[in-house]
Amino acid sequence: MRRLLTAALEVHPQVALRPEPFGALAYHYDNRRLVFLRSRDMLKVVESLSTHPTLEEALVASEIEPQRWDSFQSAIDSLISSEIIRVR
Amino acid sequence: MSVSPLVEQLKGGLDAPICLTWELTYACNLECIHCLSSSGRRDPRELSTEQAKQVLDELAALQVFYINIGGGEPMVRRDFFEIVEYSVAKGIGVKFSTNGAYIDKDKAKRLTDMDYLDIQISLDGADAATNDVVRGVGSYDTARRAMDNLASAGFGPFKISVVVTRQNVSQLDSFKALADSYGAQLRITRLRPAGRGAHTWHQLHPTNAQQRDIYNWLSAHGENVLTGDSFFHLNALGPALPGLNMCGAGRVVCLIDPIGDVYACPFVIHDEFKAGNVLDAGGFTRVWRESDLFIDLRQPQSAGACASCGAYDECQGGCMAAKFFTGLPLDGPDPECVGGDADVMLASVPVSLVPRPSQDHSKPARVPSIAGSR
Repeated sequence: MRRLLTAALEVHPQVALRPEPFGALAYHYDNRRLVFLRSRDMLKVVESLSTHPTLEEALVASEIEPQRWDSFQSAIDSLISSEIIRVR
Repeated sequence: MSVSPLVEQLKGGLDAPICLTWELTYACNLECIHCLSSSGRRDPRELSTEQAKQVLDELAALQVFYINIGGGEPMVRRDFFEIVEYSVAKGIGVKFSTNGAYIDKDKAKRLTDMDYLDIQISLDGADAATNDVVRGVGSYDTARRAMDNLASAGFGPFKISVVVTRQNVSQLDSFKALADSYGAQLRITRLRPAGRGAHTWHQLHPTNAQQRDIYNWLSAHGENVLTGDSFFHLNALGPALPGLNMCGAGRVVCLIDPIGDVYACPFVIHDEFKAGNVLDAGGFTRVWRESDLFIDLRQPQSAGACASCGAYDECQGGCMAAKFFTGLPLDGPDPECVGGDADVMLASVPVSLVPRPSQDHSKPARVPSIAGSR
């Protein structure tokens, strides 16, 4: 897994997020990928990426406990692979 | 094997559908013998352009990302482009299914110029002989001409959509080669005994040995072939095929028919699975969120006769529509249960228990004309 804590990230401009009881749906209008964000905390972090200089600061601002950061990093990494999130 | 927590949550329903099919018209230039919606003639109550736009406004507010448009033949509607362009402008992508009859060079160009538009051309045989028995004389050439026109216009990767039948299972490699030759994507789906398909299913559905061929073929081709997750009943044969292993009816999918009636899925156009109409007070949103039928479908479903079967977690009892239209109980095995658990029941369903269609838009049977009578 890449170390992403210091990366500056954002949601791809062609992506729409739709909150759902389990978390959210993310749809990429260009590559037509539909991806599940599996918790409301995850949605909170994703939505706040562009307003923070790094992923780490987005995690702190969303009040995610440090022991959960690894799992968030790996989820973010997979969202980068599906181009839902990109490096800014 | 445990069912993933995500699937469990999806079964409880979403605030809006993920995948919504909208049959724009029952009118069709073809008369396919397996048509799910018994299409042919236009219904005089068909939603107007304005009503269709109101539905799209509502879907946009619900953040439905894309819709699957079908029919009938959707391009028969004179306002087809107006509706599609309105949808895309609202942020709702469109994927539409067509037999290709109206995709001439000009239309191919117009379609190519649009964003967020996907096209599925239906083809049920890799050669004219196999295809035309099901879809009608000349329909193979028509579909190929549409594909040629899209390719010449530079549309990019359109989809070729195949309903797998006993007669074309052996052609899966040929379909794939055809799709590859166009740079297109192959989509194969399961034959359902719905609409006119209820009458032809017994002759067309794959044999159990062929079902294993389909499973093996899909396992080998994996993510490169689309299936609409329609073959999940085959998961009882081994490791799960890609996709969500569940029936999405009324939970994550639904169907809006040409007159605005909302059904649990595209394969159950029958009064028993009608949840309401988009023109009712509260519109589509209320039907989706509050109809008794959809709320009921989101409750945990009984495994019934399948409860003691070791494969239930994998196949989930199969397809509700397939059971319903063959007269089988909904809490029992799928008529194409790979373990053969439905075979005895299927052979003994009294004709009186097989549901009659609650509507039919087929064209009247042609009476041979008498020479000189005009």
